[in-house]
Amino acid sequence: MEMLRTEQLKSYYVLEIFGRKRIIKAVDDVNLSVGENQIYGIAGESGCGKSTLLKAIFAAIEPPQKIFGGRLYYFVDGQAVDVYSLSEEERRKLRWRFISYVPQGSMSVLNPVVKIKETFKDFIESHVKGKTKDEAYEMAKVHIRELGLPVTLLDAYPHQLSGGMRQRVTIALATVLSPKVIMADEPTTALDVVTQRGVIQLLRDIQKANRNTLILVTHDMGVHANISDRIAIMYAGKIIEEGPTEAIFNNPTHPYTRYLIRSLPKFGDRMRRESVPGSPPSLEKLPSGCAFHPRCPHVFDRCTEETPALIECEKDHMAACWLVQEGKR
Amino acid sequence: MRVLKDLLRDGRFAFGFSVLLVLVFLSVLSFFSPYGPYERNPLMRDLPPKWPHILGTNSLGQDIFWQLTFAVRNSLVMALIAALISRVIAIIIGVIAGYKGGLVDRILTFLCDTFLVVPLFIIIVLVATITKGRMSLPMLGLLLGVFGWAWDARVIRSQVLSLRERDFTYTAVLSGLKAFSVVSKEYLPFLVPLIFATLIGNMSWAIGMEVTLAFLGVSNLMLPTLGTMLQWAINYQALLLGYWWWVLTPVVTSVFLFIALYLISISISAYLDPRMRIQRIGQA
Amino acid sequence: MSFVKRYLLPRLVTYVLVIWLGITMVFFIPRFLPTDPVQSFIDRLSSQGTYWDPAAVQETIRTLRQLYGLEGTLWEQYVGFWKRLFTGNFGPSYFQFPTPVIVLIKQSLPWTAGLLLVTTLISWIVGNILGGLAGYYSDRNWGKVLDGIAMVIRPMPYYILALALLILLAYVIPVFPIGGGFRIGTKFTFTLENVLILLKYAFLPALSLVLIGTFAWFQGMKLIVQGVRSEDYVKYAKMGGIEENRIVSKYVIRNAMLPQITGLALSLGQIFSGALITEIVFSYPGIGMLMYSAIFSGDYNLLLGASTLSILLVTTSILLIDLLYPLFDPRVRYR
Repeated sequence: MEMLRTEQLKSYYVLEIFGRKRIIKAVDDVNLSVGENQIYGIAGESGCGKSTLLKAIFAAIEPPQKIFGGRLYYFVDGQAVDVYSLSEEERRKLRWRFISYVPQGSMSVLNPVVKIKETFKDFIESHVKGKTKDEAYEMAKVHIRELGLPVTLLDAYPHQLSGGMRQRVTIALATVLSPKVIMADEPTTALDVVTQRGVIQLLRDIQKANRNTLILVTHDMGVHANISDRIAIMYAGKIIEEGPTEAIFNNPTHPYTRYLIRSLPKFGDRMRRESVPGSPPSLEKLPSGCAFHPRCPHVFDRCTEETPALIECEKDHMAACWLVQEGKR
Repeated sequence: MRVLKDLLRDGRFAFGFSVLLVLVFLSVLSFFSPYGPYERNPLMRDLPPKWPHILGTNSLGQDIFWQLTFAVRNSLVMALIAALISRVIAIIIGVIAGYKGGLVDRILTFLCDTFLVVPLFIIIVLVATITKGRMSLPMLGLLLGVFGWAWDARVIRSQVLSLRERDFTYTAVLSGLKAFSVVSKEYLPFLVPLIFATLIGNMSWAIGMEVTLAFLGVSNLMLPTLGTMLQWAINYQALLLGYWWWVLTPVVTSVFLFIALYLISISISAYLDPRMRIQRIGQA
Repeated sequence: MSFVKRYLLPRLVTYVLVIWLGITMVFFIPRFLPTDPVQSFIDRLSSQGTYWDPAAVQETIRTLRQLYGLEGTLWEQYVGFWKRLFTGNFGPSYFQFPTPVIVLIKQSLPWTAGLLLVTTLISWIVGNILGGLAGYYSDRNWGKVLDGIAMVIRPMPYYILALALLILLAYVIPVFPIGGGFRIGTKFTFTLENVLILLKYAFLPALSLVLIGTFAWFQGMKLIVQGVRSEDYVKYAKMGGIEENRIVSKYVIRNAMLPQITGLALSLGQIFSGALITEIVFSYPGIGMLMYSAIFSGDYNLLLGASTLSILLVTTSILLIDLLYPLFDPRVRYR
């Protein structure tokens, strides 16, 4: 069953610097469909628009970010809801109960002057009416224990916790009301490897226990290989490849994806690692046609003129590349 | 000069700047005054505003308009002296405290806080009382300068502190740049706008102090400044006698001057704050 | 225990040191100036035309020097000064000879203290709340209007605003009394009627102080809140769908308040000075008025005494505020 869908979603940043208006096309015509009970990964390098996409899907747009077109649907209790046609208050009600968010870099997302349990109480009370203060604290306690975290952290202040612990707190916060969709934005960046493993494990356990949907955004392909069921690769504001994890790793179709996969170190394999030549384009001045063409080793005429759409290259696996259409794959 | 143009786009700055220009113009006019500033009774007393005495005359027989030009000039000059002196002190202390850190920082901060905490009014009044009536304009400026640096030194110090932790400082120091060069070459661009904004604020404070001291009768009442004009007016019961032009002139001028200086300083500060800029756009 | 060491101790040390330095300044400044207060006193007396027997003049000078504490070397004077300080002896006043200075100060202190305490509290609280709301809902009109008024009021020196209020509300529209603290000649007792009269006299000076103070805090808070609004934890709270009222009070104002507390501590010296000036304009019988009379009559001892006391008052208040700060900021409370 589908949980969330975007149709031709466009979200740009409108900036005015030195009197000139500049438009940054961070999310350009994105079509996504995310089902239930799965871990959906979104991959791509820094600056490709992943965070913007997340914010757009979470409907937490603040200027200078704006929606320039397309639709977003949540499937609440089986019904499709056009999110951007709702009022701000209705959207707020959906937050945390249907869809929640684990932010990137949880260093300073917690209110520094109150204890952790207060923050839990705030989140709970803002979405569930009729709970007394103690009931809310109790709910938080139970949830923390379930996740295997020490209950003492509820009485601590944010600055007393380590970075990894704070990350886990935000994960706990995101799941306390058992939402159907959880979005995690780079949950493992800025953490050491050991803590990374703990966080990933936690996310996976939560997903398994609740059978909900986890949308995981990270540039770390290793993480995707570890837990994602499906992956969408993003480049320059567009999805350029999408499919089950195995398909992406065993049969990367788009040239960019190939570079991504091939740059991953493999145990025992002593072949030289190659990374993508050149640098990612500015989202303000995108190249004509396929945005990847200046760096692509297989570029031909059509690539510079027309932007390719996602085309099926094998079953349930799509790529946006003219090579697929030309049958050269 | 693009900075000036950008600043002028801010209505507050435009207003303040134009008022300031008018006042500077008045000061320059003082050099062409037909009457000396210390002359008494060259004219009929207590005349209401009428050409050629466009602001009337006071009970000492002086033309108020030309007195005003002297007053504005003196006040501005004194304020400038005070602000410059306090700037120099504030920069030296703020930069050394912020850059060196450690014990030096602690001592300097302690010194700074003392000047901040001890009600300066008292100290200045004490000094002024004892040198009563013999205070010349530069002396007053010096006095105010020596006591007015504390707040800004703090501001400069915190800015230098945050700059010191930035990567480019380490790079500069590691590449062998001496401390003095680091400060003058790398930090100055950050500090200059700060210094400028606080300079304006300090001028405002200095003029305010001068007015207050004149009111208390502790500054040199022979010297025409905005404060002494007001003091003479009150002394001679101008309000009771209905000579409103004598009282209102310095009051209105001072009010405009303060507002102008204030607007200039906050518009510069707003210009410097990048976060506000981001929040403002995107409403498009 | 580490908290005491880390936070309390340095502050106590600074407190003592600042008092020492401030009072030393008050002591030394007159002694470094070219005028000799005793001589100028004599000059002033003899300019009034009386004949003075030279022996009598010498005797007077010696007495005066004793009373002024100017006998002996500089060091002896300094030590003597501190000794007398600890017994609260500032010597006799001049314009109300032979009343000891300390008595005069004790009379005026409650007036100033009361005025200051009330006005500072009101303006800080009201200014911060208004500023907080204006900063958060910065596109509302009332915020802009207040900002405009603030722009006019804030740069005014206390004196001019006090004068303007005096002219407007005691002169042009005689609602309030022109000056004084209480009806002349009557004694103050704690009856309701007397309290009301007290308030009537105190209203204008209080209003003047509250106006300036409120707008100053308003502007500062507004700026701070505009900065806090874009902090990560506020954005996260918004994303989490927390109710806006809760965000404003718990996330924004609670955090924005912290620098304002520190700001209060730092500006107390300035606020105190402003209060003194305001008192003078309204002839309000506080320490300001006392100092004003002292200036005019050259009452050196009184000036010294009042200055010393002011320094003590201000630094102690600052210490108190500093000690309260950890209650609000847990980052300082725990490591």
